[in-house]
Amino acid sequence: MVDRTGHVTSDRTSSNAYWSANVRIILISLAIWFACSFGLGILLRPALEGIMVGGADLGFWFAQQGSIYVFLVLIFVYAWLMNRLDRQYGVDE
Amino acid sequence: MDQFTLNLIVVGITFAIYIGIAVWARAGSTAEFYAAGQGVHPVANGMATGADWMSAASFISMAGIIALAPAGGYTQSAFLMGWTGGYVLLALLLAPYLRKFGKFTVPEFIGDRFYSGGARLLAVICLIVISVTYVIGQMRGVGVTFGRFLEISTDMGLYIGAAIVFAYAVFGGMKGITYTQVAQYVVLIIAYTIPAIFISLALTNSFLPQLGLIGNYAPGGGDQAFLAKLDQVVTELGFTAYTADTTSQLNMFLFTMSLMIGTAGLPHVIIRFFTVPKVADARSSAGWALVFIALLYTVAPAVGSMARLNLTTTMWPNAVAGNALDGDAISVEAIQNDPRLSWVKTWEQTGLLVMEDKNGDGMIQYYNEANPAMQAIAAERGWVGNEVTKIDNDIMVLANPEIAALPGWVIALVAAGALAAALSTAAGLLLAISSAISHDLIKGSINPNISEKGELLAARISMTGAIVIATWLGLNPPGFAAQVVALAFGLAAATIFPALMMGIFSKRVNKEGAILGMLVGLVFTAVYIFLYKGWFFIPGTATFEDVPANYFFGISPLSIGTVGALLNFGVAFLVSAITKAPPREVVDLVESIRIPRGAGKATAH
Repeated sequence: MVDRTGHVTSDRTSSNAYWSANVRIILISLAIWFACSFGLGILLRPALEGIMVGGADLGFWFAQQGSIYVFLVLIFVYAWLMNRLDRQYGVDE
Repeated sequence: MDQFTLNLIVVGITFAIYIGIAVWARAGSTAEFYAAGQGVHPVANGMATGADWMSAASFISMAGIIALAPAGGYTQSAFLMGWTGGYVLLALLLAPYLRKFGKFTVPEFIGDRFYSGGARLLAVICLIVISVTYVIGQMRGVGVTFGRFLEISTDMGLYIGAAIVFAYAVFGGMKGITYTQVAQYVVLIIAYTIPAIFISLALTNSFLPQLGLIGNYAPGGGDQAFLAKLDQVVTELGFTAYTADTTSQLNMFLFTMSLMIGTAGLPHVIIRFFTVPKVADARSSAGWALVFIALLYTVAPAVGSMARLNLTTTMWPNAVAGNALDGDAISVEAIQNDPRLSWVKTWEQTGLLVMEDKNGDGMIQYYNEANPAMQAIAAERGWVGNEVTKIDNDIMVLANPEIAALPGWVIALVAAGALAAALSTAAGLLLAISSAISHDLIKGSINPNISEKGELLAARISMTGAIVIATWLGLNPPGFAAQVVALAFGLAAATIFPALMMGIFSKRVNKEGAILGMLVGLVFTAVYIFLYKGWFFIPGTATFEDVPANYFFGISPLSIGTVGALLNFGVAFLVSAITKAPPREVVDLVESIRIPRGAGKATAH
């Protein structure tokens, strides 16, 4: 357990900057997460009628296939970005 | 060699492997028992999480739930998006921070973060309700699979399954469960994908079922899209098209959201991420878990829809190249004598497929008798009702190897795969239950001075107790077994997920806020489900009939977890704002879990 009460201010500023960078990446990722599943897969499906992915319409494809692929890429990209961020701020293990 | 012997051999080999792992992976300490010594490779943990997550329902029932849905297959996409999208939330919002926290159970984090034994106890109660309802279905799954493939009674199958879980869970704890789950994942994914590849090749000439789903229908000449063909055939018989849009976007939205945040809040899934060495591993491990889960989940809609088309064209041979109703239905005589249709007989014997020649014309007419347009056609042609009176969801997966005329060992593998799916999920749930009892209740409040050895013993005794209770519940399932999914996911979404997320992302949410938030989420969600499904699921006690017309704002009890979660967040923030801020050491704890460095040394094994 790290007790930060006695640490110099620059340390705290740095960890605040690390956290806000992390929260920013999370918010962008969640926007994509929401857009591919709830957006393309559910809410926008009627509007996208006619656009096909092979034999499926785009909304249907995102609901049964596409969103899962996007989720996968999203997690690995997040993990990669965070590893980079951890090193930048010197908080990696 | 006959099918029964083959099933016995394949299932026997997989069980021998699980027992072998149990002997090798005995747990020597509580750290090993609860968290596998925090030394599991992130890819191995991903695989174990896949098996932990994919239950008997995912393996046997999901394809059929999607393909045979009366409202069409598209509406059931909520399961596909919900049960995978939850892993994004786990990777981004929970897993890395809880790993950094570095302790053994979910209630322990809630208790420490909200500096309250009461909050911890409330979390234990939620965890036990969620996990016990969930485990009943798994124990039933084990019994039913044994009964179906190994010609022994469901009860006997349950005892055998419980004994196997006992062997590796009681001695190996999380360590034994982890490596058994890795083996179980391999068995179940091979068993699921081999028949899928063959049915996809037969129907769409595509090796990958994921591409077959959006490919063209080969038996009809290959110039019509598979999904268009499926829609055409089922609508011709009066059923809703597979790709038909949902009638309630709001409900589909809320249901998908409930499943997603419910998935991220399921304790038995969360604790899997306590087993990896580093915070960075917890992030990537969630990605690997989704890789292994996606292998089954992207195949499931293909398997379900292809099996459904296959079954329908079997019933209406003319539908393969043209319109179903332009030709005759399949004759009773063909079902009896055509060797290619022997699977129909096999599955009729199990009762999963029931046919009855109601009008005595020697043919089996399969159509939607509730559809007025079909009733007119039926009256004209002398049909007196749909003659395929039952198609069980499970048949869409279980009958595939025979429909595709695959060798007997593939059928045996499907039996082993279904058992692996049920056993692996049961073991994960049992560990979540027993660690909540021995670590949160016994060590956390009843006897905090218990020795390491004493706690390990307590953990083993709790595990044994949990197995006995789960087996008993499997033997005497309460009437509500089918409703558990709604309850488990709804409660996980409305109680545990918000508490964990606020504990990590807010420094201001305090004890009072968290406890009241969880209570409101718990009571609201449970009451809304009870209103429609019966109070405490006792049949006949429902206040309202479970039909959409009765739902508040059209929200089904299955989707209510999202609303419960919102209430939890709202109450927690409101109450926290007007009560005292958390003490300094809790703020320090929150700051420390946000920084990956210092997650503690891993134990190699």
